[in-house]
Amino acid sequence: MPAATDRIAASYHAQLSRRRAYGTVLWALFVALLVAGFDMANSRNAGGFLQGLPSVLDYPAALISEAWQKAGNVPGHMWRALPSLVETLNIAAASTLLGTLGGAVMALLATPGLAPWPRLVPVFRRLLDVARAIPELVIALVLIFVLGGGPVPAVIAISFHTVGALGKLFSEVAENASLKPVEGLESVGASWPQRIWFGIIPQVAPNWASYMMLRFEINIRASAILGFVGAGGIGYELRNAISWGQGKYDIAMAIFIMLFATIVLFDQLTSVARERLVRGQEHGEKGGRI
Amino acid sequence: MAVLEINQSAQRLMTRKRMFSLGLPAVALAYLVYVAIAFDLGGLMGRARLDNGALLLQDFWSYKVHVTRDNRSGEISSSIEGMRNATFSPANRPGWISGDDSFGRVALPQGNAVDFAPDGLVTLTTPEGRYRIRPTGTGIQTDITDPPAGFSISNSRFSADLPEGARLTVTRARSEVFRRQPGWELFFFDLSSPFHGKSWGELARLAFSGDRLDPQRSNIAAMGHDFWQNGIWHHGDVAWAIFETILMAFLGTFGAGLVALPLAFAAASNFAPFVLLRQITRRFFDLLRGVDALIWTIILSRAFGPGPLTGSLAMLLTETGTFGKLFSEALENIDEKPVEGLKSTGAGPVQRIRWAVMPQVSPVILSQLLYYFESNTRSATVIGAITGGGIGLLLMQAMQTQKDWEHVAYYIVLIVLMVMAMDWISGRIRARLIRG
Repeated sequence: MPAATDRIAASYHAQLSRRRAYGTVLWALFVALLVAGFDMANSRNAGGFLQGLPSVLDYPAALISEAWQKAGNVPGHMWRALPSLVETLNIAAASTLLGTLGGAVMALLATPGLAPWPRLVPVFRRLLDVARAIPELVIALVLIFVLGGGPVPAVIAISFHTVGALGKLFSEVAENASLKPVEGLESVGASWPQRIWFGIIPQVAPNWASYMMLRFEINIRASAILGFVGAGGIGYELRNAISWGQGKYDIAMAIFIMLFATIVLFDQLTSVARERLVRGQEHGEKGGRI
Repeated sequence: MAVLEINQSAQRLMTRKRMFSLGLPAVALAYLVYVAIAFDLGGLMGRARLDNGALLLQDFWSYKVHVTRDNRSGEISSSIEGMRNATFSPANRPGWISGDDSFGRVALPQGNAVDFAPDGLVTLTTPEGRYRIRPTGTGIQTDITDPPAGFSISNSRFSADLPEGARLTVTRARSEVFRRQPGWELFFFDLSSPFHGKSWGELARLAFSGDRLDPQRSNIAAMGHDFWQNGIWHHGDVAWAIFETILMAFLGTFGAGLVALPLAFAAASNFAPFVLLRQITRRFFDLLRGVDALIWTIILSRAFGPGPLTGSLAMLLTETGTFGKLFSEALENIDEKPVEGLKSTGAGPVQRIRWAVMPQVSPVILSQLLYYFESNTRSATVIGAITGGGIGLLLMQAMQTQKDWEHVAYYIVLIVLMVMAMDWISGRIRARLIRG
C-alpha cells in the first residue's frame, strides 16, 4: 500500500513540475517577446527611448509653467474653445445615437430566433464584422476628401463603426432574452415590429442602454482623435494650438485640461449610470422572487 | 373599491410608460434635428466635391494608361498613371497602342481612336465623325464648328471626354490620351520584372520549369523577390507596416497588462491595506485613462520622436488605466475561501496570491487582454497615423497625395482583413480559455 501512494505522489509531483516548467517557459517566452518587441519598436522610432527618457517631462513642464504664468488667460481660452468642445460632444452623441439605432436593427436581424429572415442571419453577422473592423479613421479620411473637413464625415465614420460594435453586443444580449413574450404576442397575431417592440425591447433595454453609454464614452475619445486629422471639434483646435508652439502653450494647456476634464467627467458619469442600470435590474429580480 | 384603485394605478403606469416610449424617440429625433442644423447638413451638399468621390470610386478599381506626345520634342511615350517608373518600353506596350516614337494610333473603347501624326496633328475618330486638332506655337487650332457633348474647346486647350473613362487633352505643350483599364496596375510585378505581362498559366509553367530567367536564382524565388520588391506597390514595406501596427498593439496591450496587474492589487478593496493607498491608485488609473491616447501620443512624441515606440507607450499608458480598473474589479469579485484555506496552512501573502487568487482571476484577465488586443489593433492604426508608424501612416500618406487611390483601397482592404483576423484569433483563444 505505501508503495502505491508513493507512486501516486511521485506521478503527481512529476505532473506538477511539468506544468510548472510549461508555465515558466510560457512566461519566459512572453517576456522575451515583449523585450524583443520593445527593442524593435525602439530601433524603428525616430528618437531612442533612453535618450528621450530624461526629457519626457520637459514638454508637460513647459506647458504647465507657461500656463501658470498666464493663468489669467486660461479661462478665456477655455471659453473660446467651448464651442468646439460642444461640437466634439455632439459628434460623439449623434454618432452614438445613430449607431445605437443602426446597431439595434442589425442586431435583431442577426440574432437567430428573432430575425425575420433566418436565412440571412450569417450575412448580417458578416456585415457587422466588417463594420466593426473598419477603423473610424479610414472612413473619416475618405469622406473628408469627398465632403470636405467638418463634423459630418466624423459622424458618419463613428456611426458606422458603432453599428458594428454595438450590433454584436446587442445581439449577444438579445440572444439571452426570453422568447416567451414573443410567442405570446405571436399567438395574438402581433406583427414582427410589434413582437420586438413589446416582447424583446423591454427585456434588453437596460443592458443595451448600458452598452450605449459605454460606447458614448469611447466615441468622445474617437471624435477628439478624428478632429486631430481634420474632422473639426476640439481635436482640431488642439492640433492648431500645438503647432503654434512656445508662447501659446497657455492655449494648448487650456484645451488639454478641457479634454481631460470632459473624458474624466463622462467616464465617471457613465460608470455610475451603468452601475445603477445593472444593479437596478438585480433589485427588480430580487423583488420578483420574494 | 380596491379593484378600482389598482385599476387606476395600472392605468397611470401604462400612461407613463406610453409617454416614455413615445417621448424618448421624440427627444432623440429632436436632438438629431438640432445636430443636423448645428452641423449645417443643408449646406454640406453645396460644399461636397462629388467629382472627388466619383474619381475615388473609379480609381479604387481601375487605372489610367497615359499616352503622351510631347509637342516640343515630338516624342510619344506611354506610361501607367504618368509614373516615370511605370513607363512602357516599345516592347511591352499594350496592344491597343500602335506606331513608334514619332507617330501612332491609340485605339479606345466603343470604336473611338486617336491618331498622332509626325507633324503633331491629332485626329480623333469617333463613331459620329472625325475631328482634327493641331497644337501650334501659341495654342491649338481645330476645325470643329459645333462640338458634341463632352468636348471643351478654348484657344489654348482642347479636351474630350470619351466613353468608358477615356479622355483626350491637347494643349500647346502636349497631347495626351487616357484610357482606363480595370484592375490594380502592376499589382504583382512591375515593368522592370521579367514576369510582367505573363498569364497565370505561363507563370505557373515558369515557376516549375528548369530554365531560369535569372541565372542567380530559381524562377519561383525570383518571382517572390520581384513581388516583394514591387516598385509601385512595395508589398514588402506594406507587410512590414502591418507587422509594426500589430506590434504596437501587442506591446501596448500586454505591456499595460504587466504594469497594471500589480497596481490593481493596490486598488482592490479586499487587498489594499489602507483606504488612502486604494484611493490614490484608483485616481491614478482615472488619470491615465482620462489623458487619452491622443494626448499621450502628443506628449511622448516630443521626447521620443515619431515612431512605433511612441505609439506603443501612449497606448500602454492609457490601457494601464483601463486594465487597472478592470483587474481591480476582477480581484474584488474573487471567492475568498481559498485564500482563507491557504492562510490556515500558514502560507504567506505571495503564496496566497499565487495559489488562491491568480487561478481565479487569470482566465478573466487573459480574456480581457485578448479582447483589448483586438480593439487596440484598430487603435494602433489610428495612433500610427498621428505618430507616424505602421499601416496607419501609409494610409495617411496615400490619402494626402490624393492620387494613389488604388493604394488607399489596398490599405483599407488590408486593415480590414488584419482587424478581422485579430478578432477571429482572439475570439478563438478566448473561447478556448472559457471552455478550459
